[in-house]
Amino acid sequence: MSDNSVSYVRTEMLSEQSPPSTDVGVVGWLRNNLFPDVFSSILSIIALIAVYMILSVLIPWVFGGVWNANSQWECREVLEEIHGELVDRACWGVIHERFWQLMYGFFPNDIYWRPNLALVVLFAAIAPVLFNGLPKQMFIISIAFPFVAPWLLWGGPVWGPVVAFLGFVVGIVVHKIAAKAFGSLTGIILGVLSAFVWWIFFASMVSSGLSHAIGASRMPTEAARIEAALPVQQAEVDRLQSIADPIAAKVEELEAAIKVAKDAGEPYAELLTTKAPIKIALGSAVATLSREIGDLKDMKRRLAQVNSLEADEARLIDLIAEAEAARAKVPAAVADIFNPREINEDTMTKEDIALLKVALRAEDKRNIVQNAISTLYKDVGLVGLRPVGSRDFGGFMLAILLGITGIVLSLPIGIVLALGRQSDLLIVKTLCVGFIEFIRGVPLITLLFVASVLLGLFLPKGTEFDIILRVMIMITVFASAYMAEVIRGGLAALPTGQYEAADALGLDYWQAQRLIIMPQALKISIPSIVSNFIGLFKDTTLVSIIALSDPIGWVKLIQGNSEWSSVVWELYGFVAFVFFLFCFSMSRYSMYLERKLQTGH
Amino acid sequence: MTTMTDPPKASFRLSMLLYDTRYRSNTIQVVVLIGFMLGVGWLLNNVVENMAASGKTFNYGFLGDKSGYDINQRLLEYSSQSTHLRAAVIGLINTLLVAVMGCLLATFIGVIVGVLRLSHNWIISRLAAVYVEIFRNVPVLLWILLIMGVVSDSLPQPKDFRGENATATMSLGDSVAITNRGIYVPEPLFERGLGDVPVLGNSFEVSLDLMLILAVLFTGLFISSKIGKRANAIQAETGVRPTVWWQRLGIVAIPVLITLYALGFYLGYPELKGFNFKGGTYLRSSLIALWLALSLYTGAFIAEIVRAGINAISKGQSEAAAALGLRPGRTMNLIILPQAMRVIIPPLISQFLNLTKNSSLAVAVGYMDITATLGGITLNQTGRELETILLLMACYLAISLSVSAVMNAYNERTQLKER
Repeated sequence: MSDNSVSYVRTEMLSEQSPPSTDVGVVGWLRNNLFPDVFSSILSIIALIAVYMILSVLIPWVFGGVWNANSQWECREVLEEIHGELVDRACWGVIHERFWQLMYGFFPNDIYWRPNLALVVLFAAIAPVLFNGLPKQMFIISIAFPFVAPWLLWGGPVWGPVVAFLGFVVGIVVHKIAAKAFGSLTGIILGVLSAFVWWIFFASMVSSGLSHAIGASRMPTEAARIEAALPVQQAEVDRLQSIADPIAAKVEELEAAIKVAKDAGEPYAELLTTKAPIKIALGSAVATLSREIGDLKDMKRRLAQVNSLEADEARLIDLIAEAEAARAKVPAAVADIFNPREINEDTMTKEDIALLKVALRAEDKRNIVQNAISTLYKDVGLVGLRPVGSRDFGGFMLAILLGITGIVLSLPIGIVLALGRQSDLLIVKTLCVGFIEFIRGVPLITLLFVASVLLGLFLPKGTEFDIILRVMIMITVFASAYMAEVIRGGLAALPTGQYEAADALGLDYWQAQRLIIMPQALKISIPSIVSNFIGLFKDTTLVSIIALSDPIGWVKLIQGNSEWSSVVWELYGFVAFVFFLFCFSMSRYSMYLERKLQTGH
Repeated sequence: MTTMTDPPKASFRLSMLLYDTRYRSNTIQVVVLIGFMLGVGWLLNNVVENMAASGKTFNYGFLGDKSGYDINQRLLEYSSQSTHLRAAVIGLINTLLVAVMGCLLATFIGVIVGVLRLSHNWIISRLAAVYVEIFRNVPVLLWILLIMGVVSDSLPQPKDFRGENATATMSLGDSVAITNRGIYVPEPLFERGLGDVPVLGNSFEVSLDLMLILAVLFTGLFISSKIGKRANAIQAETGVRPTVWWQRLGIVAIPVLITLYALGFYLGYPELKGFNFKGGTYLRSSLIALWLALSLYTGAFIAEIVRAGINAISKGQSEAAAALGLRPGRTMNLIILPQAMRVIIPPLISQFLNLTKNSSLAVAVGYMDITATLGGITLNQTGRELETILLLMACYLAISLSVSAVMNAYNERTQLKER
């Protein structure tokens, strides 16, 4: 080792230099992401200018809008006063005033808790599917949900859902017994048959029988009960009146002040914005008051009916005898006609028609009294929730209701269709493929036309049910076809080994499906089911075309009022915003699920 | 079916239909078929009874009756004296018109936005994402109504074009007028035209001028593609590609121009007469709103499909292309897109079908497509719900099935042949 001198040897590492200032921080980020080269820079600048131009119009319009106004004219007056001239700003007053209608339609406002609760129950019902580690007992809610939710929404006697549920119990019990005695297939057929027999023949009989019995037992005390309740109700009406009156006075006072200010040429925008929420409060107070007054009238009418019940029942016996006598006189040639529309003047003789008309009139009278009496018994015997008609459903509640019913009901049908499409049985497969392709080949609007004008034609004479139920049926039919395709995708994604392993274990077809195939296939399909739901939820807006009052239908209803006739963007914008919130969060959630459920590598 | 040719006759019992797997599937099928027949029979029986009760019959005779209503956007001759059948055909053509226009524009938007969403430029990719999310997550009916609102609210009225101090002017050298009633564009006219020829017993007229121009154009395109193929062959053989683009352009363009000159082609400009524009062809605002809304809505879905398709191509492909020295644009055109197409085509087909079906929402803005004519006014005027709705469904079904058949055939051709 000679000491011929390396003059300098570094003994420690150089410390890191900081990167050039153009590569880090804001400048670096801008260079890398916005201005990496000439072309990209030009695009960035154009994009930035476009964004600025859009936002510079949109932000003042949205955030400078008027919330407190009761009509489009007031909106304009307020804006003119604030800005000195008429500027284009949103008039959110329409949303402020009509928010609950856009959300719930005509659903009575004192029972908004019912649809809300139904939604909560829904979440509780699907929770065990979405989250692991929840107690098994949660499945009880999932089983109860299909029975409880309709009851919460439509109301009615409490045994409605119980009786419907009993159908399943009957089916399962019959299946268990029959399977032991005659074998599994016969057991299934008998079980299904008995359940349907229960629903079709016994369910309504049991339900109305119970109502009638309870009504009969309450009837003697009913008059006393109503008489006791009348003063209470009257007091409630008076109380509400005393609340509403000062509000109305306040509104009138403000309106007078506004008029004075207007005439004097003084600014009055502040008065307008003070008036708006008070007037909205007055609206809801008046609504409550008129409902209570309506209840009071109902009670009085009920009292009169209860008091005259005995006389009515005596009269009914006479009427029945009269109707029978009149019917007996009808000649045999036209004896089987019970509907006045079936009278044909070309083929029947005049005497026949005259006799027939007498009989029909007598029967009509009898039916009216009979219906009134049985309705009274049903009303008096109501144990449960106040019934709400489908016509009162509207707004986003209707959209959500249609979407959820469609998806929930289409799931089992979709599974059956998907299995049918995968099966080796030629006829079953052809029927399933035909159904799926037919439904997927036509637009939803044609199916809704079917619901609104055609469905009654396919059902037995005299069957009538309301438009919302008919729409639900067609939406379910529509969703089932799409659901079948989603589940078929899940089935196709399973490796063949799973099917073969199930065969090797000696499981039969249904066991294999239930224990091996379906749990995996459904798990794979959950994200697609969610996106299917998003699509269906958006498609529910189509019901506005057949004149149901979903959010878009409500927009048209609101624009029909002269107060809001020219308000377009605020209403559509709000509806679009709410739809966006729902759909965007659900799509994010489905992406999260996709990641979570990925058990592959 | 060897089991059937020599059945063990002595041992066959009725219960084997249920418990013997050889027979059980047949039993199930027969039961299902009988059940299906019974169900259909029940429904038909109800229909017959209900129609008899309300005094209606099932026949399509009404299609020959006078319709009595007008259709304002049409490609063929039509007046209120025409038949319901003709109204339905006009509606069908309108449906196809907006569907084809929509599919083209939606694909254009979708491909561009899908590629932009993958851009490295932060703001461009974000803007593309915002567009996709906003349009995907709001119902298409709302978009149609909103865009109809934009068109009829923010565009000038025809009367704004009038007078000395007009607030609106025509664009593109006074040839196009964009108004809230629609867009007026120049129409092609011929001084020495060949006239029209009636076909199908006077029901439609076919323009001979158009036929001639199309024939010349397609012949030119055919020869041009032959030239291109020859150039490819020369390139494959010698490695040198002859410059043929001017030959190809010339063989297409020159004959067409000569034909146009021979026919005396000129443009008929729209002119303001009274309260409205006359002359030129015109796209109604409802058609434009529907077209834009459907294209923008479906374009958002197509953008996602395109993005997924491009992402599905492994990164090695673009790296290999870069290693070969291809520029990014050529990499996209020659390497990525042709491969991505295989992933993109099947969902794209279903988007096209969705767009076609969504075009039935035309009824919300008053565009007279087949839903609005046959399923709307004709239904209400004749009261024949069953016939019109069945015919309406059959039309959509025919469109859907034929589009998916054509596209599936194309798809099969472009799929990789795997083992």
